[in-house]
Amino acid sequence: MVPGGYDAVMEKVGGKVIKFGDNVNTDVIIPGRYLVSIDPQELAKHAFEPLGPEVQKRLWSSQVVVGGRNFGCGSAREQAASCLIGAGIKAVVAKSFARVFFRNCINTGLLVVECPEAAEAVADDGELWIDYASGIAVVHGKEFGFASYPESLRQILEAGGLIPYLAKYVLPQEKALKG
Amino acid sequence: MGRAFAEKVLARAAGLSEARPGEIVDVYPDLYMSHMASWRCIRTLEKLGTDKLYDPDRIAMVMDHISPARIPKTADDQRMCREFAVRKGIKKFYDVEAGIAHVVLMEEGYIRPGMVVIGTDSHSTIYGALGAFGTGVGFSEITAAWVTGKLWMKVPDSIKVTIEGPLARGTSSKDVMLKLIGTLTADGATYLSVEFHGSYTQGLSISDRMTLCNLAMEVGAKNAVVCADETTRSYLAERGVPSGHYAEVHPDADAVYVKSATVDGRSLAPQIACPHAVDNVKPIDQVAGTKVDQVFIGSCANAKYEDLVEAARILKGHKVAPGVRLLVSPASKEIVARTVKDGTYSILLEAGALITNPGCSACAGDGGVMADGEVTLSTANRNFQGRMGSYNAEIYLGSPAVAAATAIRGAITDPREFLS
Repeated sequence: MVPGGYDAVMEKVGGKVIKFGDNVNTDVIIPGRYLVSIDPQELAKHAFEPLGPEVQKRLWSSQVVVGGRNFGCGSAREQAASCLIGAGIKAVVAKSFARVFFRNCINTGLLVVECPEAAEAVADDGELWIDYASGIAVVHGKEFGFASYPESLRQILEAGGLIPYLAKYVLPQEKALKG
Repeated sequence: MGRAFAEKVLARAAGLSEARPGEIVDVYPDLYMSHMASWRCIRTLEKLGTDKLYDPDRIAMVMDHISPARIPKTADDQRMCREFAVRKGIKKFYDVEAGIAHVVLMEEGYIRPGMVVIGTDSHSTIYGALGAFGTGVGFSEITAAWVTGKLWMKVPDSIKVTIEGPLARGTSSKDVMLKLIGTLTADGATYLSVEFHGSYTQGLSISDRMTLCNLAMEVGAKNAVVCADETTRSYLAERGVPSGHYAEVHPDADAVYVKSATVDGRSLAPQIACPHAVDNVKPIDQVAGTKVDQVFIGSCANAKYEDLVEAARILKGHKVAPGVRLLVSPASKEIVARTVKDGTYSILLEAGALITNPGCSACAGDGGVMADGEVTLSTANRNFQGRMGSYNAEIYLGSPAVAAATAIRGAITDPREFLS
């Protein structure tokens, strides 16, 4: 299994929540000085470092990051998604996302869900579960619907990200055509 | 029903007769830019276990963000890129002395109207300054494009931004954009294609267009564009690209926009983005007098030749305030050469500036960092917490003219005080 990805999408993904406000930017998620690494575990040590060690400790023991509006705004750094995977985060749920961060989540195999109602309803330290196949977010027994991805993006996510997807589906096909 | 710029340009790059907003299409970009992230792309390619590239001529690598290397790891990464470029016959390779990728590629004539360009940098929206569609992506996507030549893109809706000029005295394209960002907020154009229109954009310099399109990222734009015109054509012609070498794309007169915004430049005052968000914008009179420890004139937003000339115009005959450091990082080697030739470089030096090599410099945290409690006034495009050193330091953003005036006084200063 690819870190951050998942084999069966039928199961629910989620757990304990760490909740942030609006406009959380990529310099806060992973400061530029740590981009010398692409190792998710190494990056995870510095995720949310500008917000202090208490926030970091809570991040490492959470499974779901919840944000307000425009989560992940700023840089195109893919490590903003992969550092969360390294920190053990299984899903990011927000009222809305900055576009490059959203892409980076899908492309690194991190479940990313835009669901303003669930992001609003869940408490910091609460629990949130995603039933991805049915497009439902569950907060303490209450269900909130979200729009599921188009098929093409779902395949990337389910493969564990863009690179595993290419390795699994696209490159073998090309080889077969030429072979 | 007419079509906006983004719909037309993405349809062409996807080989479709049309592409409507919301559709997901496979786009074949004309150019894939990677900067410091290039080594990550090479490592990812190795992981993918293939060595075959779709089209090496569409790959552009520029060693910016950290230049030159400061630790052996970076030197090793850069060596890997250098060797990869030679091995793969990548001709558009620029080493650590060249400057900021965006500006270098535009100066070299690689960015042309109607192109789709992806880059490992969010400010890839800047390519709209030459009538191209530019957008930022992660390094895995660049790697994927190297191999497959394509990537998925959602066709965006469009927003029409009308800027009326001429601009009020003491203001510039930077003030226009800060005003717009303050009004629209940081997610005011998320996933939208920003089209700049209005009297101000007509005949506007490419340098100012770069500032507009660069900063459009800070309202969440997918791309931004000032459509090609005579100014674009002559810029490219001067760089050896005649008009027959590209196909301009223009929006239809009856194109549909989901949103619109207007900036009246005629009544504009200098604007400042306050810590720690780019949309925390105030007119300068509300923050004038704020003490600074450092002034930074740099970044792909505002370290172009025209920006340095504007700063020098104010700094000429003055000295940087005692105890304040003025850092100037020109955007490219070509800009350094021009400023040396026309005396701008000497004016900045004599005023007390520390002029670094061209590159991203302090905007990428590459030198010029701040200690706890320090304050910088910067011409860059972001003021996020911790971006320039200590997490307990503050960054204010303003125009090159504001930066120059602020360096002289040691506190945020209205540049109109220095304009006769």
